[in-house]
This record gives sequence, C-alpha cells and structure tokens, in this order.
Amino acid sequence: MVETEKTEEKGTEQKAVLKSTEMDPKFKYKISKIPGAEKVMLCFQCGTCTADCPISRFDDFYRPRKLIRMTQLGLKDKLLSNDVIWLCSTCFTCIDHCPQDVGIASIVRALRNLTVERGHMPVGYREQVSNILKTGYAYVISDLRLKKRQQKGLPALPKANLKSVAKVFNITGFSKTLEKVEDIK
Amino acid sequence: MTDLKYLIFLGCAIPYRLPSYEISARKVLKKLGVELVEMPEFNCCGFPLDPVNHDMMLTFAARNLCLAEQQNLNIMTLCNGCFGILNHVNKELKEDKKIKEKVNGYLKEIGMEFKGTVTVKHLIHVLAEDVGFQKIKMTVKKPLSQLRVVQHSGCHVVRPAKYIGFEDPENPTTLKKLIQVTGAKCLDYMDEPECCGAPIVGVNEEIPLQLAREKLDHIRAVGAQAMITCCPYCHIMYDLNQPRIERAFNEKFGIPVLHYPQLLGLSMGIAPEELALKELRVNAAEIVNICS
Repeated sequence: MVETEKTEEKGTEQKAVLKSTEMDPKFKYKISKIPGAEKVMLCFQCGTCTADCPISRFDDFYRPRKLIRMTQLGLKDKLLSNDVIWLCSTCFTCIDHCPQDVGIASIVRALRNLTVERGHMPVGYREQVSNILKTGYAYVISDLRLKKRQQKGLPALPKANLKSVAKVFNITGFSKTLEKVEDIK
Repeated sequence: MTDLKYLIFLGCAIPYRLPSYEISARKVLKKLGVELVEMPEFNCCGFPLDPVNHDMMLTFAARNLCLAEQQNLNIMTLCNGCFGILNHVNKELKEDKKIKEKVNGYLKEIGMEFKGTVTVKHLIHVLAEDVGFQKIKMTVKKPLSQLRVVQHSGCHVVRPAKYIGFEDPENPTTLKKLIQVTGAKCLDYMDEPECCGAPIVGVNEEIPLQLAREKLDHIRAVGAQAMITCCPYCHIMYDLNQPRIERAFNEKFGIPVLHYPQLLGLSMGIAPEELALKELRVNAAEIVNICS
C-alpha cells in the first residue's frame, strides 16, 4: 500500500493502464535464456524478495517483485530505461529466500546488461570499466601508493597483463558496446 | 592434512585503499604457518563487470582461475567480492558444460583454458577449515577477554547459499567463532546479516549511508566496543564513511572497525604498530589500550 501512495504522491509513476502494444510477449523467453535468469517465469509474485530487500526499505521505487512482473509482462522499454535497476546491491538475499528459486538478482543483472547493450550505463561503472582497461584493476592505483606498499614491507603489486585485458574486451564484443554507450547521470 | 599454501588474490580495493587489511593478514598468516604465493599477472576479479557484461565478468574471473591452475595452487582471497565472484564462476564452470565451453572459447583467444582443478577460499574459510580453531588458539598469547565486539561477515562470503554453502547465511557463525578464539566476546545484534550497501555507492550514496547508519545504530545499542569485518568494502562503509555518516545524520558513533586479522594479531601479542591499526579512520587507541 505504501508503495502506491508514495509513488502517486511524487507523481513520477501514475496509475498506469498498460497497453498491449507496450508489451513484448517474447521478452520473457529472451530473458529466460540468460544464465541465472532461467526461472523468471516461475515467479508467482509472493513479494518475499521485496520484503527482505535492504534497498527496498530505503527506496520508494526499487521493488524486485515489480521488476520481475514487468519482465514477465514484457515491458521491455519501461524496464530498460528505468534507473532503479541500478540500485540492486547484489546482497543475494532475494535469491536465497525465493520460494520458487527465481534468480532475482541475476535477472536484474540481465536487465542491466541489456540496458548497457542498448547504450546506457551509469557513470560510476564507466569509470571502473575504463580503469580496468587501463590498469587491469578497478581503480587506478597511483605510483605513490605502490611505493608506499614497499615502505610498509608489502611485496610489489603484480602488473596485470593489459594485452589480455584488452583482448577480452574485444572478443566479448564489449569494446564495440563501449563506443556507443552514453552515461546515465 | 591440508597443505597450507595458497595463491593470494588481493583484488583491487585492498591495494588501492586498505593496506592495513593486507599487512595484518600477512602477519597473522605467517604466525600460523600459512605460506602465501603472490599471484602473477592477475586482473580485477570481474565483480564490477557483471552489471555491464556478464560474459566479460565470466572471462575475467576464469582468467584468474586459469592463472591459479597454472600454478597448481588454490586461491585465497581477503575480499568478499573477489571470493564471491571467483568461487561462483569456478563452481559454475565446473558444473555447467555449456557455459564452460563458451568461456573456454573466449579464453582460447588469450591462450588459456579452464580445467577446473583448483578451489577458491576466503581468508575466514582458510582459518576455520584448513588452519583450524585449535591451532589458532595455540597462537593466542594475550586473550582479549576484556573486549566486547560484534561481527559483520558481509554478503558475498555467505550468499547465495547455493554456491557457497559454508554456513547458514541467516546466522553466519564462522567469523563469530574466529572472534571468540581470540578471547573477545562476540555480541549478537539486530539484523546481523544485513548488507552494507557498498556495491551501489557509485550509483547512489544515500541508501548505503542509511543502511550503514542503521547497522552502526544496532551495534551501539548492544554496547560493542568495536566492529570486526572481513571485507574491504564493508570496512570502507563502516570505518572510512563513519565520520560522513555522523555528519549526515548528526549522530556520534565512534565505533572502531577492525579487520579480523588485526584483532587476531592483537591476541597473538603482535605489536599494534605492526598491525597498521593507526591507519583506521576511526581511532582504535582505546581498543589497543584494553588489549595491552
């Protein structure tokens, strides 16, 4: 109930009448072929995932149950332009608690991957991705830090194999995606 | 008897932000006779890549696993995120032929092949399972019986249970037992297994800070003198961000957050300076006083 009241109050999501033209009946089949997301159709909307989700407690819009229902209904465009999918903190509580063994967090991951494929990605992820491409690590670790390691008696940090890193970006097709992707602010 | 020799997988966050965790871990592992081999040419475990491209995550993780296979050594991580990803991918590739074939197709391009010959463990698994509580107990020279602390295991060392299954994610006890070995009392508190929120900090800071505030509140309520973690990301949320949380919510916590090996090291009688306790954001001088 709280969910409906709050969303109405903020006016960002009205009581929507879904048009059948907005639904892609094949979407759920596409999702169910992605590893981890196979059981998307088994969700019977009990809401355990949402009740136990730490993020849902502090956000008015992030509702895993709703995301799964929207996926089943094939509301592809609504899902893949929805910023809330980036709020899952991957604690995997939903996966452990789901009575139907639906890989909820994995389905959210699949939705994120598709959003990126469509050309949208949060700035934070773009930064990490470009760090990985540059250094092999998710962060750029400065020379000063590397020097301090030695002063502290720690062994030198192994250098990543940047050739291999770049190659993986290419062969998975991600380099191409990266060229066209725009930031989600 | 298990050979106590591992490839240490440092990941990115520890060398970038938390040398204190690495320093203290190496110190106590040495005392326990655990041999660590540096992992050559490793790259990011793959965790930050999963949200953007699942195949890339799989390949990055698998590449690290192949490096371990080449050395014929099992991996030990200090970071929950690295453990979660590497363990998950290792098990998935061992069990699922289709995914293994796909990933091996990518790996072939960089001259590698996943065979499935190693295992991945987190520091706390190595300590509890391979080293054993008894052996740890024998190294405890100064039992910390004056100390009351709480544990925060974090998520990726316990969930999803399907891929880890080391302990009950609803009531994780490994870290708790490891704390009790040092002589310190480990208190229970509300919502112990709750997430720190760190993985979404890059997208939304407000929610993780609220989550962390709530946890600190629950910890304060039971009168703990310190919090013990075993993950760099959880540690950053509660230690590095604690002053920010205090400012944002106009509250005072002042709860020191120690990496588990720092606590163990104190009980072993290792000098506080050697455990990099001064590098913690929240002053832990009082804890050191109680322990000495």
